[in-house]
Amino acid sequence: MSGSDLGPGLRHFHEQLAELRRKLLDMADHAEQLVDQSITSLLGRDRVLAESVIAGDKVLNSLEIEIEQLAISLLALQQPMARDLRSIVGTIKVSGDLERVGDHAVNIAESALRLVDEGGAITPSPELEDMARRSRAMLRDALQAFTNADGSLGRDVCKADDAVDALHNSVFRILLTHMMEDARTITPSLELLLVSRNLERVADLATNIGEDAVYLAEGKQIKHHFED
Amino acid sequence: MNTAAVVAQKFSFWYGEKQALHEIELNIPDKAITAFIGPSGCGKSTFLRSINRMNETIPGVRHDGDIVLHGQDIYERGVDVEDLRTRVGMVFQRSNPFPKSIYQNVAYGPRINRGLARRQMDELVEKSLRRAALWDEVKDRLGTNALGLSGGQQQRLCIARALANDPEILLLDEPASALDPIATQKIEDLLFELKGQLTVVIVTHNLQQAARISDMTAFFYLGKLIEMDATNTIFTSPREERTDAYVTGRFG
Repeated sequence: MSGSDLGPGLRHFHEQLAELRRKLLDMADHAEQLVDQSITSLLGRDRVLAESVIAGDKVLNSLEIEIEQLAISLLALQQPMARDLRSIVGTIKVSGDLERVGDHAVNIAESALRLVDEGGAITPSPELEDMARRSRAMLRDALQAFTNADGSLGRDVCKADDAVDALHNSVFRILLTHMMEDARTITPSLELLLVSRNLERVADLATNIGEDAVYLAEGKQIKHHFED
Repeated sequence: MNTAAVVAQKFSFWYGEKQALHEIELNIPDKAITAFIGPSGCGKSTFLRSINRMNETIPGVRHDGDIVLHGQDIYERGVDVEDLRTRVGMVFQRSNPFPKSIYQNVAYGPRINRGLARRQMDELVEKSLRRAALWDEVKDRLGTNALGLSGGQQQRLCIARALANDPEILLLDEPASALDPIATQKIEDLLFELKGQLTVVIVTHNLQQAARISDMTAFFYLGKLIEMDATNTIFTSPREERTDAYVTGRFG
């Protein structure tokens, strides 16, 4: 039952599966990097870095299309079953999620640019930095869970989403307080609220990927509490 | 799922010293299509042929355990095997029409089993050929020799011949493996039509075929039933590692 004594036809299929996996890992690396850089550009008020995030999103878009094309041709030509089928369908979904992660990184970078232009003195709260750290960790874990078909790590990612949601609420309350105290902080506060919202969405997408990892590993659907 | 048409209870089977089936336990749902899959020699055909006691024609075989067909133990003393094979029809990999006319092929079973008037027999032949999706192709040449039909038509004729006895169960052992894609499609369409009318059990090496047409799939390996579940489950997320390895082509 091992993969070592496969015939040439099946070996070719497995090579293409490996190629698909490599492309997804590439895309994942790139998406994580963009989130990372967007936050760094925001905290450091770094215009150049923010602009490179916006430019870098193109790579994710073209990788998504490459993955989709390869996955569709594998479905059509190989008619994969069971684990292989779950892996290919999962890869299509995860690449879509990663493309969206890239869009959120771009949104954060755009906020960073506007904050640089605005030149206000308001600093992001530690809660926002905590959110950024957690969303990135969730994204990394979710991708690791998916690529290693690790269902238990996938479930951990889903559980971690609650903390990010709670932080998003705290950030909202903190920014609201700023805005009520001093109307001049309204514009930058709204930018930071957008950043918080984008990070919260990145964590949601990581949760989706975690759910896909569970389905890949165990064949169980846990989305929308389907399991209960 | 429907009630069971066939229930196997600890059914084992031996060809001489060699044990081909090990305590098979399964339920085949009524009026649905069940597919048996597994590598060559896994016991799926042996089990299929046990459902109408076809294996008994081989010397030196024996069995243990029961197979119950709609509540009746078919291995019970006193069961009329001819009657059983009327209730459980069978179609093989290689079509095997009698070297007779198309009409006589279909009328053969009912002629022996039931005394029908000519007119009733005509109706039965037409009905059976229609059920086997062959009527339109042969209605103008019912008197011609069946061996002049194409491979796919011959196979549908064999299905019509089995259907003429109005069986409760139709067993098919690789019915489309010698046919081209279009003839295969016709057989699959026909099985789809028959679903709901009678119970169909099909042995196939073509996993896509099993996935396309069956409601339930049973995976056999080394004479054992490894897993049986809804076809969708078997081909998307089987429980057993060995099933996963087989359906993804990693062994077998």
